[in-house]
Amino acid sequence: MTSPLLSQLQQESRKLLMDRSVEGRVGATLPDLDVPECELPSTDLIRDDLPLPEVSEGEIVRYFTQISQYNFSIDNNFYPLGSCTMKYNPKLNDLIASMPGFSNIHPLQNDATVQGALQVVWEVQEYLTEITGMAGTCLTPMAGADGELAGMLMARAYHLDRGEDQRKVVLIPDSAHGTNPASAVMAGFTVKTLPSDNEGNTDLDALRESVGENLAGLMITLPSTLGLFDRNILDVTRIVRDAGGIVYGDGANLNALLGRVKMGDLGFDVIHSNLHKTFSTPHGGGGPGAGPVIAGPRLVDYLPSSLVCREEDGGEVRFKQSTPEKSIGRMGAFQGNFGVLARAFTYIRSLGGEGIRSISDDAVINANYILEKLKGSFDLPYERVCMHEVVFSARNLKNNCGVSALDVAKRLIDYGVHPPTMYFPLIVEEALMVEPTETESLETLNTFIDIMRTISEEAHSNPELLHEAPHFTPNSRLDEARAARYPDLRWRPSHGDSE
Amino acid sequence: MPSPFTPNTEEHRKKMLDAIGMDSVEGLFSDIPEEVRNPDLNLPKAMSELDLRAYASELSARNVSAGEYTSFLGAGSYWHHIPAVVSSIASRGEFMTAYTPYQPEVSQGTLQVAYEFQSMICQLTGMDVANAGMYDGSTSLAEAALMACRVTRKNKVAILDSTSPLYTEVLDTYVQAPGIALELVKAHNISLEEDTACLIVQQPNFFGYLEDMQTLSNIAHDAGALLVVSVDPVSLGMFNPPSEYGADIVVAEGQGIGVPMSYGGPYVGIFACRQEFVRQMPGRIVGKTLDTHGKEAYVLTLQAREQHIRREHATSNICTSVALISLMTTVYLACMGKQGMRKVAELCYHKAHYAASLIENIPGFSILESGNGVFFREFTVRCPIPPEEINQLLLEKGIIGGLDVSNYLENALLLCVTEMNSREDIENLAKTLREIGES
Amino acid sequence: MTPDQLKYSSEHEWVFVDENGVGLVGISQHAADSLGDVVFVDLPVVGDSVDQFGKMGEIESVKAFSELFSPVGGEVLEVNSILADAPDLVNESPYEKGWMIKVKVNDATEIENLMTLAEYEDYVLESESN
Repeated sequence: MTSPLLSQLQQESRKLLMDRSVEGRVGATLPDLDVPECELPSTDLIRDDLPLPEVSEGEIVRYFTQISQYNFSIDNNFYPLGSCTMKYNPKLNDLIASMPGFSNIHPLQNDATVQGALQVVWEVQEYLTEITGMAGTCLTPMAGADGELAGMLMARAYHLDRGEDQRKVVLIPDSAHGTNPASAVMAGFTVKTLPSDNEGNTDLDALRESVGENLAGLMITLPSTLGLFDRNILDVTRIVRDAGGIVYGDGANLNALLGRVKMGDLGFDVIHSNLHKTFSTPHGGGGPGAGPVIAGPRLVDYLPSSLVCREEDGGEVRFKQSTPEKSIGRMGAFQGNFGVLARAFTYIRSLGGEGIRSISDDAVINANYILEKLKGSFDLPYERVCMHEVVFSARNLKNNCGVSALDVAKRLIDYGVHPPTMYFPLIVEEALMVEPTETESLETLNTFIDIMRTISEEAHSNPELLHEAPHFTPNSRLDEARAARYPDLRWRPSHGDSE
Repeated sequence: MPSPFTPNTEEHRKKMLDAIGMDSVEGLFSDIPEEVRNPDLNLPKAMSELDLRAYASELSARNVSAGEYTSFLGAGSYWHHIPAVVSSIASRGEFMTAYTPYQPEVSQGTLQVAYEFQSMICQLTGMDVANAGMYDGSTSLAEAALMACRVTRKNKVAILDSTSPLYTEVLDTYVQAPGIALELVKAHNISLEEDTACLIVQQPNFFGYLEDMQTLSNIAHDAGALLVVSVDPVSLGMFNPPSEYGADIVVAEGQGIGVPMSYGGPYVGIFACRQEFVRQMPGRIVGKTLDTHGKEAYVLTLQAREQHIRREHATSNICTSVALISLMTTVYLACMGKQGMRKVAELCYHKAHYAASLIENIPGFSILESGNGVFFREFTVRCPIPPEEINQLLLEKGIIGGLDVSNYLENALLLCVTEMNSREDIENLAKTLREIGES
Repeated sequence: MTPDQLKYSSEHEWVFVDENGVGLVGISQHAADSLGDVVFVDLPVVGDSVDQFGKMGEIESVKAFSELFSPVGGEVLEVNSILADAPDLVNESPYEKGWMIKVKVNDATEIENLMTLAEYEDYVLESESN
């Protein structure tokens, strides 16, 4: 059991690097200066103090390894975090991205000296264009949100080119992720929210009433954030396009559609794909990702710089960078997150066409299996087949036992499962959004189902157990109000014991 | 062959479909309109790990890489030594395969690292607060300009013409839609109008030289504008932090401190500012708080600024903090520490000056000064022939040359020297340039 | 101040106008409860003028954000600066210590556009059942 020494040791393990610093320790070696020393510039320009930690290499490794143990991760836990597609990340992806010919090349090297890298980029462009049935792909956006911004800037440029400056309104369904409206505003648009109908599809009447000559476009996620394929999608894209608008597709949920339908065939003008979701590049604790922007015929000439094209000259193949005619310009200083692209390249080549197609089949089977097995224990707001994820509601538990979605989520942690996405989408009360992905086994799904049913029973028999969860983590629930009211955002030197 | 990433067997699929009440998987996709369902998918065939490794090795070998060649190319991405500890820690699955720390009780590792990162960025830059990371240095700069406009409620941004043209292009992409005017200004001749939200300065500048920051800071502040500094974090090992000369927002590219060049990314954008602007900052921020047992712990905070809560009113659409790359820079800064950062900076400084001293004695070559005349690890050389030709000749000798900046300065080559370039490499560069000059 | 002495807007702000025509403004208990733990309040500065139902600031809780709209128009005479350090007062005491601004009311008839406590309670019930 606990003792004063034990709790002291626990505190010690959380001590920050600056508090571990001892003058004179070093954590790395550097070569001696092998050229004649020159005069340093005027002391006015030189800093007096550099307050960085002084810690030895072994201490650094142990510190970071110890705190790494406080994380849940895919390598260690089932992680059914809805809308995030937390699938297994193959290790070969990392190995290939770290090959010296990929990791030690400079982004401003001449194209002739990076033909291998350009081929990787070109192949990924081609594969994404094919998978989505669009006209062209630019891989430079560095995250999903960055791809959204690129796509919406392309929509803006398209309308301006046609002299339709008045097209300012972007329609966004009430179920959408918050990034969509934020991106639309950054691209200079105003946002109007569109309701969903009672089956979770876009409300067509509301859509018809909202389109007009001010319509810039629609941003829609497919399948929707409810995990449902919008049965009205062809009508939706037609209504928007007939009214002169651009249809933007948020590809966050592409894991459901691979080989089953191409976004281009559904009338989308521009989409982004999150390579860190569908194409298995690791999430890294919140990045880096990559958010390629993929355009249909109407917007392909507006893609950001740069694209890679393939030229064949007398049997010799050359790859080179180019910028589309009406490009919106540069989204970042260089050519995007190449290290992430190399991982997605490896994944697509590992699986090939048949393997890519089977991803969605297994992702959708797994989600529907969970839906079927848990619908007796948790409310199901939309009683229909789901796609790659299923949204439950804990509203019955809330009403009957005073147990919230948050409590259920925190209790799952006790059982070693990362909680589902909570309280999203906003239109479902006490939402719990479960996305198992295709990389989980039937055994894992059955264990999860048992755990969820047990938690539902515990909610009735011992709600206090859930209110106080989690019980076995290094920290219990946190005071988030305190963190936001009195922000403490960095280490500061302590002054004796009074601090 | 079945995929090694998908455990479902045919038997398991059938079992699950039975439980769902479906004859086949087709039924699960019946919401997709029939006319567009099940299209052809024209992709290559699957490759075994063995074959794919061989193929990727071949592609990788087709690139000319630093290490194989010696490199003098910088201009925003730098070849520096990275201690083995960095990739060892960053490749741990606990860090690499976790998601954004929405559930703090099972994300203390990621959160504590972010707090360490924010702390060290504050210490390095001298600023009050930092966020947990942005995409890269260029988008950090663009976001700083947008933030300066929010803070000052003004709609015009001035940027010094010695800033990286690549960064200026990104800024241009970002400011057009919100209707912010962008003005390119020269250090010797700045007059900022009242409606200017900020003056943006790169330190050291794109051509490698330090700017006279105190003067520029006074000009900005006298006009009621903020000073936004895009700084090189390696230079901060020896040079004054931006807080010393009154910076309001500091951004930087974090690649040089522990991140491989990787053909341009992933990198991490550093973003720091004064305390009073903290609620206008974009990006993730981690704060320290207490748990219900009174123990210290870390959590994402000030989230009401962000897109998932504020939606169209958010300070930015950004969701990522590029946590894995922030981790790499945090481990790097921990390894280098107080002494190592100073030493790396001085190695760069002395080696670059040695290279410049050799090159300026080569007939036909001269050093082009800018800013206050002091350079750090990059400098600009005027060449007797177009730099493009020089780079080609260097490449034939196993040297990746500098950046051709003849678009901005006639026949100018921007060279970068770091601790990775040995005396022999530097002398070999000078020797080759002399041969080129003589022929 | 007791809730029945106040007038309410549909955006959940309340006002109490004294005999000198100065309106004291805050948000209702219902609004504070639905926001949850308030962590930050952004208010206008003294001397600003606000319009009836025009934006006067923003309020943030841990997981939500809302714009604040003034229930009356006029010049801002005073701002509750304690809220900068103690935003939790909005939750603990929305009608007393958690007040937000004092406004020199321009047009006393604007009060007629607001609801009484009973009307406001009906309004809240109705919007919740929708």
